[in-house]
Amino acid sequence: MSTLQFSIVSAVVGAVVYVCGHLFGIGYLFFAGYTILQFVALSSAWNILGGYCGYVNFGSAAFFALGAYTTVFFYKFYPLPIPVLIVIAAVVSGIVGLGMGYLTLRLRGAFFAIATLALAVVLQTLVVNWDYVGGSRGAYIVRSDTITIAGFTIEYIEYLFLLMMIIALIAIGISRAIARTQLGFGFATIRDDELAAEASGVPTLRLKLIATTISGALMGMAGAPFPYYIGYLQPASAFGLEYGVNSIAMPIIGGTTSWVGPLVGAVLLGSLQQLATVTISSAVNLLIVGLLLVLFVVVAPNGLVGLVQERMSMWRKK
Amino acid sequence: MSALLHVNNISKRFGGFVALDGIELEVQQGERLGLIGPNGSGKSTLVNCICGALQNEDGQVHFDGASINGLAAHERTHRGLARSFQLPRPFHSLNLADNIRVPMLYTVHKRTGPLHADTVDARCVELLSLVGLDKKARQMPRDLTQVEMRKLELARAVAAEPKLLIADESMAGLSHSEIEDILALLIQLNERGITIILIEHIMSAVMKFSQRLAVLVSGKKIADGKPEDVVRNPEVVRAYLGQ
Repeated sequence: MSTLQFSIVSAVVGAVVYVCGHLFGIGYLFFAGYTILQFVALSSAWNILGGYCGYVNFGSAAFFALGAYTTVFFYKFYPLPIPVLIVIAAVVSGIVGLGMGYLTLRLRGAFFAIATLALAVVLQTLVVNWDYVGGSRGAYIVRSDTITIAGFTIEYIEYLFLLMMIIALIAIGISRAIARTQLGFGFATIRDDELAAEASGVPTLRLKLIATTISGALMGMAGAPFPYYIGYLQPASAFGLEYGVNSIAMPIIGGTTSWVGPLVGAVLLGSLQQLATVTISSAVNLLIVGLLLVLFVVVAPNGLVGLVQERMSMWRKK
Repeated sequence: MSALLHVNNISKRFGGFVALDGIELEVQQGERLGLIGPNGSGKSTLVNCICGALQNEDGQVHFDGASINGLAAHERTHRGLARSFQLPRPFHSLNLADNIRVPMLYTVHKRTGPLHADTVDARCVELLSLVGLDKKARQMPRDLTQVEMRKLELARAVAAEPKLLIADESMAGLSHSEIEDILALLIQLNERGITIILIEHIMSAVMKFSQRLAVLVSGKKIADGKPEDVVRNPEVVRAYLGQ
C-alpha cells in the first residue's frame, strides 16, 4: 500500500468512526474511543524504541505525564489552544527522550529497562513536589462543554477525540514510515546485533538517540490533551501503572516487528478493557492485560501479526 | 609507499591482564597478510582495536594515511575498514539480501552519496552470486548452513566496499572442501583489489593464502615475514609446540 493510499484509508476510517459516533449521538463512544486511540499512539510510540530497536522502555508513563503536565503548566501560565500544547509537549518530551537516551543508551537489556523506570520515579517525585502544577494534591482543568471550530459547534469530547485520532494517525504514520526506510533497517540491525551493526557502518548511538527522541515526543503528544479529558490531573493518574504496562503489553500482543502490531494490540486490548470497564469493573483491566501477556508470550511470542504471518507461510508451503 | 594500515606500538589491558603489549604492524595496499597465534594470544583483541570495537590505551592506529584512534567502529567502516566475525553475526530479522543492503545504505551511501534503489538491488544480487547465495536471497539467516553463514558474513563485509578486510577465523569448523571454497573466495576478493588480513588456526589455509605472516604470542608480536621463514622460526615453533 502506497503512502497516499495509506493516508486516504486512514482518513476514511477516522471519518467513518467520527461520523457514526456523531450521528448516533453516543457520547460514550468518544470517551471510549479517546482512550483506545491514546493507547494506539502510546503503543506505536513505544514500539519505535522497544520493538524496532529492542530497547524495552518501562518509563512510558513518564513521557505521557510530561505531556500532560506541560498542558497543566501552560493552562496556569498562559493558556494556549490544545493543538499548540500538543506541539509543545512533543518538543518537551522529545528533549527529555534525547536526554534519557544520552544518559542510558550505553546500557542494555534489564539495565536499560531499570534506568527508564528510574526516570519515571524521578519525574514523578519532581511533579509531586512542584506546587505550581498542583503537586501531590493535583490540578483542575476547567473546560467548556462545547467548542466551535470553523463555524461548527461540537461537543468538547468529540473535539478531544478528533485530536487524539490525529495524534494516533501521526504516530502510526511515523512508525510505518520508519519501518520502510533506511532508518528502519538501522533500527532492525540494532535490535539484532549492535556490534555487527557498527561493523556494517550503522551509527548505532545516533540512531538510538533518534529513536528515544521520536518515541518520547509521540508519547508526550499522547499525554498533552489528557488533562482536558480527565478534568482533574494528579500525579497518580498521570504516572499510572496502566500507561507503562499497556504501552509494553499492546505491542507485544500485537507484534513488535511491524507498525501493524501495536495498532492491532492497542485496538484489541483497549476495546477489551473498555468492555470490562462497563460490564465488570475497571479494576480487572490490568488483570486482563497480565493474563493476555502471559498467554501471548507462551503461545505466540511474535504477537498476533507474527502468528498470522507464520500460518500464512505454512499455508503457502502446503 | 606508505602502508594502508599502520599499527604503531598499541597496547590494551583488561584490568591487570595485558592483552596487547606494544604491537607494531604494517599492511601494504593489496597485500594478503596471515595473522596467527595460539588461543588467547591477542589476535581478536588486536582486530577489535583496529576496527574500533575496543579502544587501545597506548599507541596509534593509522589507516589510509590518517589516524583513526578514538573513532567509533562505524566511522572506521565508513573509511574503508571492514571485518567478518569469528562467530557469524547475521542480522536475524533481515533476509539475506537485506543483510547485504545494510552496509550499502549506511557505508557506501555515506561515501558516494545516495544510491538508486535499483543499483542497491543489483549490487545485492552481484554480491550474493559471488558467494553462491543468490538463490537464497529471500531466505532468513536461520535457514543457512555453517559455511553459508560464513559466506554471508564475508559478503556483508565486502558490501561496505572496503579497502581492508579483516577475516577473523572465517574457516573455523568447516570441512576441507568448505575451507577451499572460502579460501578461493578470499583470494578472489584480494584480486579485486581488497587488502586482506586473515586470522586463522588452520595452517594449511594460512600458508596457501598469505603473502606475509605475523605471529602473536601473549600479546606480543614474535615474528613477521615470509610464511615459509616464519613457520621455521624457533620462537614460533616453541610457542606452538612448547619447549
